[in-house]
Amino acid sequence: MGEGSEADSARQQEVEAVEVRLLLEGIRSLYGYDFRDYAPASLGRRLRKILEEEGLPSLSRLLEMILHDPAQMGRFLIALAVPTTAMFRDPGFFLALRQKAVPLLKDLPFFRVWHAGCSTGEEVYSLAILLEEEGLLPKARRYATDLSQEVIDKAKEGIFAAKAMQAYTNNYARSGGHGSFSHYYTAKHDLAIMRPDLAREVVWATHNLVSDGSFNEFNLILCRNVMIYFNPKLQERVHHLLYDSLAMGGVLGLGRGESLLGSPHADCYRALDVSEKIFVKVK
Amino acid sequence: MRYRLVVMGASLGGLNAMQVLLKSLPKDFALPLAVVQHRDKDFVDTALPALRAHSLLPLREVDDKQAIEPGWVDFAPNDYHLLVDGDHYALSVDELVNLARPAVDVLFISAAEALGPEVVGVILTGTGVDGAQGLQAIAARGGLALVQDPATAEAPGMPSAALACVPQAVVLPLEGIGPFLARLT
Repeated sequence: MGEGSEADSARQQEVEAVEVRLLLEGIRSLYGYDFRDYAPASLGRRLRKILEEEGLPSLSRLLEMILHDPAQMGRFLIALAVPTTAMFRDPGFFLALRQKAVPLLKDLPFFRVWHAGCSTGEEVYSLAILLEEEGLLPKARRYATDLSQEVIDKAKEGIFAAKAMQAYTNNYARSGGHGSFSHYYTAKHDLAIMRPDLAREVVWATHNLVSDGSFNEFNLILCRNVMIYFNPKLQERVHHLLYDSLAMGGVLGLGRGESLLGSPHADCYRALDVSEKIFVKVK
Repeated sequence: MRYRLVVMGASLGGLNAMQVLLKSLPKDFALPLAVVQHRDKDFVDTALPALRAHSLLPLREVDDKQAIEPGWVDFAPNDYHLLVDGDHYALSVDELVNLARPAVDVLFISAAEALGPEVVGVILTGTGVDGAQGLQAIAARGGLALVQDPATAEAPGMPSAALACVPQAVVLPLEGIGPFLARLT
């Protein structure tokens, strides 16, 4: 590879970096969503993927479309906001929650749960099933939030692809489920419709972890694989927000690859399960 | 020192290859080493402890935003992509790439973007084509591309695909890769 093409490659990357800055600034100025403190490497990948899917030549072109067409902004939010998820994703996490967090919740007359970054709802329905099997669903006040209304609308429906159900059934069994998973949904053609009572009492709302504050005090907060998309500065903000929103003795569940590394309150937690990243607020 | 990070990718046969390679890296190896090994779900429980017995360097699974520092061999955790973001690692749960998560291409491309010519990319044994585009990105930014000689690979698919994309890559037999890396520092 010659020096010339190395310079080309470096220049192309520089141009893209400028385009990313302009895009994020444009979106922030016009629509108020601030993605500037998202982790640059994964944001860059997702932006490139959006270009590919939309068949666009550059981020400048995407910016133009987003500025002139609010519907394009909606599509952008959906494309950004839907990462990989599954019901009972990481069965070991839900097993640990069942064995170690449920006993703490059982002692309370009632408790509040916050799904921070609920995406398309898989986690909300998974936890609902777990709580029902532990006899705790009537005592739970559940809040599920995400950045975009479009994503929340999808989550609320509780409709998933039938072909995913086999994997979910397997996850459910490994998560310590004591019933039959098919009991919780109705199959219709290629769709699986979750039992409506599982989510009937859930408060669904938009909430932006980048800019919004604490809105209640919770006994269980799940914020799994959300902060991995944020840079250290924004992670610190969100960790502070989660700490502020947790009751004393409240439980925080993170993703398996996450930690309290970026939390200014790391020493205020005790690990309830080290490998599943479940923590209790102790001070 | 010219380089700041070694990134390595392996699939089928990778654990055996990694044993040979890690054995030949000195305890004071001065470059951080990040590894994507395609694996099944039980990898962490069984393979990391098995590899530890062969390595003078300590092995660990990366947590999100962990600092990139020498003296460690850092593995992508199960079911996450591993990326380089400035002076630290980042994780993502985005779609599979080349049917894999973690995917070699994701690590290599992000490393090339973050560190340009200061990256060494190494493709070891494996089936499929994961890593070929990533190695090309590293070479395109002036980094060093290294490929295990397909003839010495348990599965020659990945190294062959990488060589087809990056014909100018340095080709070494498995036993030669560790000593070559050690001499870079």
